Amino acid sequence: MIISVASDKGGTGKTTVSTNIALSLENIQFLDCDVEEPNANIFLKAKIKEHEEVFLSIPEIDKDKCDYCGKCSEFCAYNALAVVPNNILVFPELCHSCGGCELVCPKKAITWNKRAIGIVDHGQTNDIDFYQGLLNVGESQAVPVIKALKRKIDKSKNVIIDVPPGTSCPVIESISGPDYCILVTEPTPFGLHDLRLAVEVVRHMHIPFGVIINRDGVGDDKVEYYCKKENIPILLKIPERKKIANLYSNGIALVNESHEWHEMFGLMYSRIKEEVN
Amino acid sequence: MKQLTVISGKGGTGKTSITAAFASLAKSAVFADCDVDAADLHLIFKPEIKKTMGFHGLKIADIDKDKCIDCKECFESCKFDAITKDITLIKESCEGCGVCAYICPSQAIKMVDRDSGFAYISDTRFVLMAHAMLNTAEEASGKLVTVVRENAKKLAEDKKKDLIILDGPPGIGCPVIASLTGVDLVLVVTEPTLSGIHDLERILDVARHFSIPAMVCINKFDINLDNTKRIEEYCKDNNIDVVGKLPYDTIITDAMVHEQSVIEFSDCSLADNIIKMWDNIRRNLTV
Repeated sequence: MIISVASDKGGTGKTTVSTNIALSLENIQFLDCDVEEPNANIFLKAKIKEHEEVFLSIPEIDKDKCDYCGKCSEFCAYNALAVVPNNILVFPELCHSCGGCELVCPKKAITWNKRAIGIVDHGQTNDIDFYQGLLNVGESQAVPVIKALKRKIDKSKNVIIDVPPGTSCPVIESISGPDYCILVTEPTPFGLHDLRLAVEVVRHMHIPFGVIINRDGVGDDKVEYYCKKENIPILLKIPERKKIANLYSNGIALVNESHEWHEMFGLMYSRIKEEVN
Repeated sequence: MKQLTVISGKGGTGKTSITAAFASLAKSAVFADCDVDAADLHLIFKPEIKKTMGFHGLKIADIDKDKCIDCKECFESCKFDAITKDITLIKESCEGCGVCAYICPSQAIKMVDRDSGFAYISDTRFVLMAHAMLNTAEEASGKLVTVVRENAKKLAEDKKKDLIILDGPPGIGCPVIASLTGVDLVLVVTEPTLSGIHDLERILDVARHFSIPAMVCINKFDINLDNTKRIEEYCKDNNIDVVGKLPYDTIITDAMVHEQSVIEFSDCSLADNIIKMWDNIRRNLTV
């Protein structure tokens, strides 16, 4: 079974939930797809043993063949090529590697170069097969790194995916394909507003889902009311406690401190498994 | 005209609540909500929308099945796996490059505009504001951020305001870079957790990469004093000012529930701290 853990709003406890589930179960594969700011390994503490670079293909222009006709720059939807009198410029950060420029070039002047935009780390801890993606600083395209991560999915394992915040391209790439999605929120107006957006996304993608309320006790009860009205199961509530916040701040997972939480996360997972099957 | 981006790397550090507090203090500014994926500033600002503009991100392929001869050329050429073997478009995967339309021998594919969201210009009880809404499951959030910034700039010019305050998105990728480029100062709101520190270091690297001066605010500094010290030392080593340290206070959430900024809601010590921090930032920007 593949479960993704998401939240539109950042900082609601998405990584708390994904890492605690992983530490409560056996035969786990964990993918941290929050490649812009991956945090899961702060809690899982896997020893990274392998690094694999993620490349994008970038056009290289053979200036002997190019006659600066401008067809490639006209075609490029991302403005990654510019033709000026007697020169042509390539802007690698803007290129999406669609291959269009090569197709339209009448002089066959375009070949491809590799450019590294991030890495995929692999490690192991206890019973967890751990992967994380890391987008290089200054790079804007997270999706190819997430795609590289998702190629590592091993369906014979209990797969847990930590999804980046938001509702746009990196999120869609991360949550497409799983059997179930857990949405983590907090009981505040910001939490509710962003939960509604996240619900729209998972419904749009026809993924079964449930909600976990983190920091239960602060704010108001509108998130709970909303879930009842929309028939969305509330899988778990994690109370607002100074002790929990302090463990989090030191990178210690809840389940490593308390057997009770270990059982609760394990039970929740079994319930989800029943629902999916 | 000066531009300040408030950003956090990690989500949920209190960035938007602090930005909203600045709005109660900045008299001659325009606001831009660049967190187009999860825009929350309007929940406090209650904007009165004056102008709505449709936003078209990248184009999208439109396949005419009647003309399709099932040659599979488009399926084989799409680098984004956005066309299935039975020649159906997966909308969420299409990045609008136009290769399929170009390669199709029977002209069955057209590239058409996609409705990706809306950009707004609004009036609020504090300041004028440019904001936007990206439709769910849409691409091109960076491009929409650029539209929001252009709208804010025009507003500031028209109304003769000397400062634009931008509420940035979490992360370090495309919409973050679009919110950062060319601004005069970045304020990074962080928290003293190991995750917060990790993300702070990465976002400061991004600011350095684009040569933008940065300042740091440590929110909830008292939840872990050791980590707060670590952040202060890191900033000192890298010549970055810690411009404010705010205590953990549920009043931030209470103010949010009442749809007010912290400054409006209470004259607590947290509010005093934010006022002092704002004065420091203002001096630094010389506005």
